[in-house]
Amino acid sequence: MIRLDNLTKVFDTPKGAVTAADHISMEVPSGEICILLGPSGCGKTTTLKMINRIIRPTSGKVFINGEDTTSLDTQDLRRSIGYVIQQIGLFPNMTIEENITVVPKLLGWDKAKYRERAREMMRMIALEPDAFLKRYPSELSGGQQQRIGVARALAADPPVMLMDEPFGAIDPINRAVIQDEFLKMQQDLKKTIMFVSHDIDEAIKMGDRIAIFRAGKLVQYSEPDELLAAPKDDFVESFLGEDRALKRLNLVKVRDLASEEIGLVRPDDTLDAALTRIEEYGYQNSIVMVNDKRQPVGIVNAAVARTTKGHCRDHFQSVPVVVSLDDDLRKVASLMFANDMTWVPCVDDDGRIVGQITQRAITHHLGSRYRTHSRDDTTLDAAASLSSNDKE
Amino acid sequence: MPTLNLSGAMRLLMLAAVFVAGVWSQSSGVIDDFIFYLPDIQFLAVQHIWLTVISGSLAIVVAIPLGTLLSRPSMAKVAESVMQVLNVGTTIPTLAVLALSMSFLGIGTVPAVFGLFVATLLPITRNTYTGLKGVSPALKEAAAGIGMSPTQRLLRVELPNALYVIFAGIRTALAINVGTVPLAFLIGAGGLGELIFTGIDLYDPVMMLSGAIPTAMLAIVVDMLIAITAFLVVPRGVNPSRT
Repeated sequence: MIRLDNLTKVFDTPKGAVTAADHISMEVPSGEICILLGPSGCGKTTTLKMINRIIRPTSGKVFINGEDTTSLDTQDLRRSIGYVIQQIGLFPNMTIEENITVVPKLLGWDKAKYRERAREMMRMIALEPDAFLKRYPSELSGGQQQRIGVARALAADPPVMLMDEPFGAIDPINRAVIQDEFLKMQQDLKKTIMFVSHDIDEAIKMGDRIAIFRAGKLVQYSEPDELLAAPKDDFVESFLGEDRALKRLNLVKVRDLASEEIGLVRPDDTLDAALTRIEEYGYQNSIVMVNDKRQPVGIVNAAVARTTKGHCRDHFQSVPVVVSLDDDLRKVASLMFANDMTWVPCVDDDGRIVGQITQRAITHHLGSRYRTHSRDDTTLDAAASLSSNDKE
Repeated sequence: MPTLNLSGAMRLLMLAAVFVAGVWSQSSGVIDDFIFYLPDIQFLAVQHIWLTVISGSLAIVVAIPLGTLLSRPSMAKVAESVMQVLNVGTTIPTLAVLALSMSFLGIGTVPAVFGLFVATLLPITRNTYTGLKGVSPALKEAAAGIGMSPTQRLLRVELPNALYVIFAGIRTALAINVGTVPLAFLIGAGGLGELIFTGIDLYDPVMMLSGAIPTAMLAIVVDMLIAITAFLVVPRGVNPSRT
């Protein structure tokens, strides 16, 4: 857990005092990633660097796992915090192994232990230990270097990590890959992470919570869905962009909105029965046909059912579009637009149909959060209660 | 390839020239003249090398800590002015430096070593300073951020990464040093300058060359020694000649 208590930094410049961070108070629960987000010069990096005293706070306190860090020795404090910077900062005079084992060596681990740790870290970041440990940073690509940067920060297994735009200097394709790898690692590691970014999409993807900064002040601190649904003021709203409703689609899984009700036909059903069912469920064009295991095998068209007599098994078309319960709504929306559909059947891991997700459900979900916010009443979910804590 | 043929031809030409020179020097008795000076060369070369070694190592021992000290953030205010003074110092001809040191230290080895020391000190200090200043701020921040103490940062990160530049400074400085040692003869410190200057005064080319050729060879050897040391000492990851 990281807790900041009225953390303030005032820089003395020739033009007078500049307040880079103004009474920042916030708390990151253990095991979560908190993204500090904002335009450049908003104080997010200053706030981050005050935690490991790269920048000395003018006033205020930093608590890590409940302990006031003010009394700790700077070197000891830093060794207990993983630190990753945008410029990567691998030491070019050291091999990859030496880079990774710097902190364990500073902490006085014995040789066998830190060497084994280096190999373990390499496996964790999916780089072959034998191929890379003896090489030098200049021989690696930018993406590989930043993986090593992350490995170095994690080597001594610190409970807390600070990351200053860690993936900012990596090309977009590699960045997405590294972000995914990092999230996967985080699922096991459960580090408490402060992460500076200026990229709203990265923030939504990586963050359990997002803190929006402006001119040295913490403007809003919420979970991503809450932030996108209910931006606190015009600045936050404009910073999130006009397509913030679409960005929310990334955050919601099909599982959350799928309804179990779905009209299906079997190959043995008559087309009359299919037509009745299409009307009963209010489908416009077609209905899904499943086999005995409830796996979709095709769709029966309403137009065909209306004009033809016979059984469904003789009059179906190719396998319809389906989504899995773990897909996000962005994929669903994209499939709906591409195939001109208002609903999509959902399947489980074995490919059996378990329900459907409708365009109505999606728009209702996105819209309901706006409505709740505008009425300013109580939502029961955790995100909303947290953001109201934040107001106190 | 035509270039290869050309260099092959050049090599043959060189060999032929060396052979002709050898035949000529044997027939004209120049080699015997040189052999006549051999004991002198041996004695004076040792003196010469001592002057270089003492003044050079003194300079290295003083200049690297001095440059390091000046590069510390706490010295930032004075460092630039000190560097300016050193830069002005570098423009003073070494002969003038020797003359100046003679004027208050008298004649002999001491003023010569002192003069050579001053001339050698400046390039090493300057390169140490600029080399350390040139270490990327990101590296220093990373080193600080993972919890290295200021001394650990200096020894494990800053100096290794500045080492290539520092060695370049040592190389320049010692090239100046070896080339200046003959002048030390003028203030009574001996060295191969004795043969060179006496040879010039007596209009004895063989005597002059007996001093000049070993001096030139010594300069080349010292340069090579430093290059080899740099190759071995500078870590592979930051050594342009080893990538």
